[in-house]
Amino acid sequence: MRTGAQCIMDGLQEAGVKTIFGLPGGAVLDIFARLYHAPFEFILTRHEQGATHMADGYARATGKPGCCIVTSGPGATNTVTGLATAYMDGIPMVCISGQVHSHMIGNDAFQEADTTGITRAVTKHNYLVKKVDDLPRIIAEAFYIASTGKPGPVVIDVPKDIQQASTKVQTPKEINMRGYNPATNGHSKQIEKLAKAINKARKPVFYAGGGVIAGDAAEELTILARKAKVPVTTTLMGLGSFPETDPLALRMLGMHGSVAANHAVSSCDLLVSIGARFDDRVTGKVSQFAPHAVIAHIDIDPSSISKSVATDIPVVGHAKLVLKELIDQIEPVDRSEWLAQVTKWQKEFPFSYNKNEKQLLPQYVIEQIYEVSNGDAIIVTDVGQHQMWSAHFFKYTKPRTFLSSGGLGTMGYGMPAAIGAQCGIRNKTIVNIAGDGSIQMNFQELVVAVEHKLPINVVILNNGHLGMVRQWQEMFYKKEYSASTLGQANRPKNEHIKHEGKDIYLPDFVKLAEAHGAMGIRVTKKEEVGKALHKAFGTDGPVVIDCIVKPEENVYPMVPPGASLTEMVQSMA
Amino acid sequence: MKHVITALVENQPGVLARIVGLISGRGFNIETLNVAPTLDPTCSRMTIKVPGDDRVLEQVTKQLNKLIDVIKVTDLTQKRYLNRELVLAEVAATPQKRQEIVELIKLLSDAKVVSVQEKSLTIQMIGEQDKINDFLKLLKPFRILDISRSGVIAVARGE
Repeated sequence: MRTGAQCIMDGLQEAGVKTIFGLPGGAVLDIFARLYHAPFEFILTRHEQGATHMADGYARATGKPGCCIVTSGPGATNTVTGLATAYMDGIPMVCISGQVHSHMIGNDAFQEADTTGITRAVTKHNYLVKKVDDLPRIIAEAFYIASTGKPGPVVIDVPKDIQQASTKVQTPKEINMRGYNPATNGHSKQIEKLAKAINKARKPVFYAGGGVIAGDAAEELTILARKAKVPVTTTLMGLGSFPETDPLALRMLGMHGSVAANHAVSSCDLLVSIGARFDDRVTGKVSQFAPHAVIAHIDIDPSSISKSVATDIPVVGHAKLVLKELIDQIEPVDRSEWLAQVTKWQKEFPFSYNKNEKQLLPQYVIEQIYEVSNGDAIIVTDVGQHQMWSAHFFKYTKPRTFLSSGGLGTMGYGMPAAIGAQCGIRNKTIVNIAGDGSIQMNFQELVVAVEHKLPINVVILNNGHLGMVRQWQEMFYKKEYSASTLGQANRPKNEHIKHEGKDIYLPDFVKLAEAHGAMGIRVTKKEEVGKALHKAFGTDGPVVIDCIVKPEENVYPMVPPGASLTEMVQSMA
Repeated sequence: MKHVITALVENQPGVLARIVGLISGRGFNIETLNVAPTLDPTCSRMTIKVPGDDRVLEQVTKQLNKLIDVIKVTDLTQKRYLNRELVLAEVAATPQKRQEIVELIKLLSDAKVVSVQEKSLTIQMIGEQDKINDFLKLLKPFRILDISRSGVIAVARGE
């Protein structure tokens, strides 16, 4: 006989879990009582949102499902943003939440929330465990669902009495769910059709997304693109799926995509999407997206196909398997004219910034991170301008080296995700590039990195603003900077704050880092950046580098919302 | 365009909420919905009638298919299918009016009086949705006091 709590411990071990993130509370004390004796590394976070982002970062960096345990009520509701982040980006995660006693459910008990109801729309699946006998099966199913098909988060809500009850039931030998049969091999006829289309195309483009990384298909994509001599653009989620140092790399497309990528997509005659979902930040105005192209779409998720852009050649299947089958059917085709055009765009319009600027620029800091790390680092971002610059000024060559909340755009994701990633991969330089807005959303988790001696590097590009909001207000809202100034100067009238005429660092991130037990470095000049990074990368613990950068810098190119990809704005001038 | 979707689902608590949440979360109004067990007691069949254009409904169908508890989804609108609905209508009927209503009901093979009250009659009618609508129009002049409709149930027609 095993208790429900013991079944959970055994189930997690059988699923291969090594590290668990979370925070205890009344409704999970029985689980934590067993955890005390279990062989897992437990990372005690300071907020449940931190636990979910850590599990997410762990999963993105390692490819294995992340795992967290939280208590009922507020513990569970605090996970919602983290679950939604993972759900939007297809990240495998299993989150176990405690629930009040079965007989109390629905009674507005202390720390009760309808967790399965609340998380239904932000999870791939969720369970409320009604019988302890079901628990071994549910845990096995949860990990299977989380990590197969299009991966995603799964919540298991376990009432306290179920944790305490005993069962003889063992983990099932195999999983059998009649309602869940994720696609694997693509349809051979469709793959053949796609191969013919590629062989026939004169101006093809591959458009790779997060599915290539989730499907462990970066190698196949690289072989295919090089064999077929087809330029590759990636989405934000797809960064690292194709080496950006390759001449065929068009780099990122979309709202803040490269000129080469956006022009290539707009003039290609065949667009092959691989594990990407034609997100609105990618397509711009849908009616003018790839207007001359036959659209092919390889995706494991049938609901992604023809969702926003009509697909001519759909292939439902696992990216790795489909690409493997495709490679053999590719014939050598002379596309020198098309490739010459692509090279011209690449040469003429690289991502760039004003190198003569006296003030420290955020783009320079990121270039320095690339230089000092020799391009061999895992970059974890928050959301906003710094996220786009991180996509522009660091070249990604391997999958799972760029971790970012692409779909949901969750500010505060970066630092906990970097911590989770470092828990999974100890021997690699991890840099959280953050904005001064984002970093304040989960700063409390820094203490976790200190405690566990996780040498994450937090580089804050501090422009005293919610930079992307500021940029949109500058470009589209008559320069009325409503609620986007984090510094004290130049606030709108209705945001009056005490200002002594001289700006102070508020908060002082260096002191804040030190208060958490981490090293803090302030950088205000160009020449200090390299030195600070060297010091940080050589330090055996977390370091926060607060870079005071020019506040007015904008992200370019930019496709204004609702415009087509060719209508890129290059500067405000 | 109105679509009739049937879904074979696991007979478990929470499944209805998942399906309704998915459809309503995308801004669609469910016109009618019916759930009942099938021959296999571990499965239920849902019949859902949703207005919306073909592309939108294709997306809804695909999304429903993604739900773990959903075993199979069919948009019957693209197939040959049978649909039926049942309505119970309570109609004002004084003893003087009663005969007139009964005579009318006799003309309809799918309708019958199932209960007689002092001042009203309760009539049951089974038929395709359009027929039910026509039937209710027919009763209107007699003053309908209350109705309860089952919502449409549907099944694909065998070859």
